[in-house]
Amino acid sequence: MQIDQQKCVACGNCVPVCPMGAISIDPVRNRAGVNADECVECYTCYRGMSMEKLNPVLVRTIRGLLRVFRLRFDPEPDVCPTSAITPDELTWPRVVRRAFSDPQVTHESTGVHGRGTEEVKTNDVTNRVGLGEVGYVVEFGRPTVGVRFRDIEKMTRALASIGIEFESRNPVTHLMTDKKTGKLRDDILNEKILSAIVEFKTRIENVPAVLQKVDDISKTLDTVVAVGVSTRCAEDGSSALDPVLVEEGFSFVRGKTNLGLGRGND
Amino acid sequence: MTNTLHRYGSGESFNDDYIVFAIPARGINDKGAVEKQRRFLEIARKHKPINMGDASHGSIFRPSKELNPTVHWRRDPKRDFDTVVHCVSCPSTVAAVFDNPDQVVAFIKELRQEDLGLSINISAALDKAQECARRAGLERHSVEYSLGFFGQTDRMADRRTLELSTMCGHGMLSFDFVRKLVEWVKQGRRSPEQASATLARFCSCGVFNPTRACRLFEEARRVGSGIRGQGQVADRG
Repeated sequence: MQIDQQKCVACGNCVPVCPMGAISIDPVRNRAGVNADECVECYTCYRGMSMEKLNPVLVRTIRGLLRVFRLRFDPEPDVCPTSAITPDELTWPRVVRRAFSDPQVTHESTGVHGRGTEEVKTNDVTNRVGLGEVGYVVEFGRPTVGVRFRDIEKMTRALASIGIEFESRNPVTHLMTDKKTGKLRDDILNEKILSAIVEFKTRIENVPAVLQKVDDISKTLDTVVAVGVSTRCAEDGSSALDPVLVEEGFSFVRGKTNLGLGRGND
Repeated sequence: MTNTLHRYGSGESFNDDYIVFAIPARGINDKGAVEKQRRFLEIARKHKPINMGDASHGSIFRPSKELNPTVHWRRDPKRDFDTVVHCVSCPSTVAAVFDNPDQVVAFIKELRQEDLGLSINISAALDKAQECARRAGLERHSVEYSLGFFGQTDRMADRRTLELSTMCGHGMLSFDFVRKLVEWVKQGRRSPEQASATLARFCSCGVFNPTRACRLFEEARRVGSGIRGQGQVADRG
């Protein structure tokens, strides 16, 4: 993402909007600029902010006059007055930043938008996670911290070392050059993204060891890791995962409940 | 839609937070899904959701690319349900947010009758979601638990900022922007409703809960913010 230097009036509205803190005002040039290494191409500034198309010279003049007379103007905080925010043409490998950071982009590898996964949301149709199995969604960089692929690779390699098989219908798995070792493509390792999910499943008896591994590796990463686990329920709606998680000392409040109303096309 | 799984807050904090969403399974039942998704949103609308959206095209709160300067004194608070329904154009996730379990139950009962064939999920406190399912005559098929946050949790924000920011799990609500609006509400420069609508415009899939946000902004105005809490940071025994 770029800020058009001809249009920017240094109002500062876009600065706090950036989830990565990648936008700042240069006090010398009095313009906003984007730190390209920190920008994850999430389009939050471009799409989330509303735009006016005011003349930049006029806006700067009015702002200058207001300053002279010590008058304060309280503008809407989510408006770019001169439509100065401009997307870049993205090429490989930078394009993976947008694929993993802009929720409105559909992942080519899975055909799913957002983080590109269906998890157990469609389990009533896919039976992705069966009875006695547990699905894991290990998510990096969330909330609003960001992550580089080299940190994700630390986790995938560690999980592969204990025999984990990664979900094939997942965008991170598609970036692996060796699914047996969890190795990711070298040319993306330094790319920073807003978040990504690693997915896999195990038998329910493996849950304690896997969660311990995830916990241990998470402590070595320069980011936050959000963890979700899922399972198929019994006919009475009970979940065999409840007592396992309680035994492991987890408290769980929030989750997603699949109501089983899905079915394949007739 | 993992974006609704890891909302931050205590159990009580989710009493007014129910997201019902429909999703097709890629390659299995996504043919003809667009019409079914529109139907889902039309039915949802009858049950008075507080937000609604299509993950590919946006929510009822939308930024505008053609504002004029009067907006700074008079922002149109329009909630655009029609556009959400009409814009659905590809298989995607469509969602409706409710602040009342009775509306959720009524909505699910109607979805059962409609028999769309799409996967329907409730993202909420697990016990509340199961209660809604049972009241609608269903047992849950599968369940996904949020185990909270691991790793460098000291890089996360304070409790109130997280409660607001994680209502867009895709990360479109930056900590700094949330803090700015909390401060503006405390200073009386914006009402909780205005601040809530501002945040909602950044959540492009329509799962932001403006009722909960208003309540959190109101609490911030009353008691101040910045209290660091444990919330759902993973804490094992």
